[in-house]
Amino acid sequence: MNDQKKRVNVKGKKVSLFVTCLIDSLFPEIGVATVKILRRLGIDVDFPMKQTCCGQPAYNAGYRKDALSVAERFLYTFAGSEIIVTPSGSCAAMVKHEYPVLFKNDSKNYQRALEIAEKTWELSSFIVDGLGVEKMDGKLSEPCHVAFHDSCHGLRHLKLGPQVRKLISGIQNVEISELNDSDSCCGFGGLFSVKMADVSGAMLQKKIDNIISCKADTILLGDSSCMMNIQGGLKKQGYTKKVTHFALILAEAISNENTI
Amino acid sequence: MKIQSENFAKAAQKAIADADLQSAVSFGTNLAYTKRKSAVFVSGQDHGEQIRQQAAQIKRHALNNLPQLLEQAEQQMQKNGIKVLWAKDAAEANQKVLEIIQQKQAKKVIKSKSMVSEEIAMNDFLEKNGVQVIESDLGEYIIQISGDHPSHIVVPVVHRTKASIRDTLMQKIGMPHTDDAQTMTHFVRGHLRKEFLEADIGISGGNFIIAESGSLCLATNEGNGRMVTSLPPVHIAVVGIEKVIPTLEDYATLTQMLPRSATGQSMAVYTNIINGPRRKDEEDGPQEVYVVFLDNGRSEIYSSGYTEALACIRCGACLNACPVYRVSGGHSYGWVYPGPIGAVVTPLLVGLNKASPLPNASSLCGSCKQVCPVVIDIPRMLLDLRHDLTKQKKSSKTWKIGMYIWAKSNRSEKWYKMTGRLIKASRYLPISKLPGLLKNWTRFREMPQPAAKSFHDIWQDGLKDEDK
Ligand code: SF4
Repeated sequence: MNDQKKRVNVKGKKVSLFVTCLIDSLFPEIGVATVKILRRLGIDVDFPMKQTCCGQPAYNAGYRKDALSVAERFLYTFAGSEIIVTPSGSCAAMVKHEYPVLFKNDSKNYQRALEIAEKTWELSSFIVDGLGVEKMDGKLSEPCHVAFHDSCHGLRHLKLGPQVRKLISGIQNVEISELNDSDSCCGFGGLFSVKMADVSGAMLQKKIDNIISCKADTILLGDSSCMMNIQGGLKKQGYTKKVTHFALILAEAISNENTI
Repeated sequence: MKIQSENFAKAAQKAIADADLQSAVSFGTNLAYTKRKSAVFVSGQDHGEQIRQQAAQIKRHALNNLPQLLEQAEQQMQKNGIKVLWAKDAAEANQKVLEIIQQKQAKKVIKSKSMVSEEIAMNDFLEKNGVQVIESDLGEYIIQISGDHPSHIVVPVVHRTKASIRDTLMQKIGMPHTDDAQTMTHFVRGHLRKEFLEADIGISGGNFIIAESGSLCLATNEGNGRMVTSLPPVHIAVVGIEKVIPTLEDYATLTQMLPRSATGQSMAVYTNIINGPRRKDEEDGPQEVYVVFLDNGRSEIYSSGYTEALACIRCGACLNACPVYRVSGGHSYGWVYPGPIGAVVTPLLVGLNKASPLPNASSLCGSCKQVCPVVIDIPRMLLDLRHDLTKQKKSSKTWKIGMYIWAKSNRSEKWYKMTGRLIKASRYLPISKLPGLLKNWTRFREMPQPAAKSFHDIWQDGLKDEDK
């Protein structure tokens, strides 16, 4: 069961987009897609311009003071937001699960951290669990055969997975297969990928092998970090299979629907 | 055993290049991983989850009452005729075991599988003191005659292929050529029979100690554990102090979880509850039973922020589930306890400065916690250990400065914008030719090209007011 289901009533509330630092500079199209999807659902979206990063890189590396200073900025940037939605399972998990730990000894901010954690959602979970929307009308212009990679933090902290499958299976011109070991880590792990390069590379190789033997030609996921890792690995080895964020497919499908 | 955990990354690199090791480890871990899933959830997802939570509660409760439970266990054991000894560290434990051996003028010791004996390097110590030690668990026996070390806490030879095991058995104990695992096992079994009959003392570990009845519980699959604890006239068990649980009822839960999580069996083939030496009216069993309670750093862990690590029942499930363990193999971790739980307890037992890479030997994917029968939050402890690492004197200056700069550029709008501009400018850099950490990235992956316009820009330039 998803633990967000029983919380905050999200309907009719204004959403602040947390785009994440990675998407901001490397894959802004995912942010644009997220905005389109949310607007299609009739939601008023704003984008607090002062946002940067959630602090996860430093937190995961053990540098809590540095993480804290960035996370504190996040708290203040989003203080006025009713709901925060982010197209990243990992960053959502950081805010929801790690902020309460990170701010445990910071009496000034602890309460605020809990509140922010409460109102932060990952995109697919927000749509399906929060809004109760399981299907969005849409159609891809070309037939597409997809499979899902379940990124670790979303899967294990936020119980993500079923939500995105529901949303994607609702759009036309999509065939879905399952990826072998879809729930095993792609080897990214933030700084792990460069600190333990060989181990990370070997983990990535297993993911690539599974993708290559999978019937689907497009792998969908909900974290741009894993996307960057897997996509980069496939490219390096000359494969042409696509790894992409589910928001891009969903946004494309609903925009086609618009023109019909 | 010499601690080589500082060498993790290099050792893992070697393991990754070793095709035999890769195929053996992936075969073994996959099998156990799959069997575990069907065994734990045999009566449905909810039931499996509930019993897991129950096991977790039992171990937490036991740890909360550890001092009292240890006292109770000692009293009950003494009542049962077991001699209870306490050892604060490896040296003391080994010394106490040696004293018993010398007192009995024993020459030959037979052992069942025990990770604690690996932890205190008991075999080495006893052999140096003129005692012949024979491992009787098949895996441990193969390890012993190969001069190797276990690479897994449940399946010590998981890193070896069948062919390499066959070769060892042919070379070392004259086994005739065969490719059949069962034939190999039978051969070793015949070979070990003689050793069992000749041994003066049996040494075991212990999976659980039940405080209310003063019982020592062992779970084994080959029957060697039962032989070790019943055939020789003296039985010595060396057990970590964290193994005590309150009641038989608690044991009933845990003894279901252990084999299910370890090997996917609903019960271990031999489930022993040992209540003491042979009684007057009994015909067999040892005349004397000793239990040595080992601390060796555990009480320090107990009073640290890492108490939870002591809940481990050494089932090995987290090793089998761990993608890092699966590619690195157990030896890369450089000491006795490998895998996710090893990455936590090794630094705690031997010192963070002697095992500094281990907390970072994880992508924090969370599979370990997901499969752990007692729900130990290993990722959380790894994060805490990473935090501890940054506070150490020898922690890397480069990282420290790097993180400081990173934090600064994510804290102020001006700096964030500037960094954004730098990233954008790097669009045209030959990134794949850059050295250092980036090289570690580009060895395995292409670098994505930064976008020409950041999301901040796109929002400002019109997305903000589109379709409103
Ligand atoms: S940490 Fe949990 S999963 Fe790992 S060996 Fe211990 S009990 Fe088993």
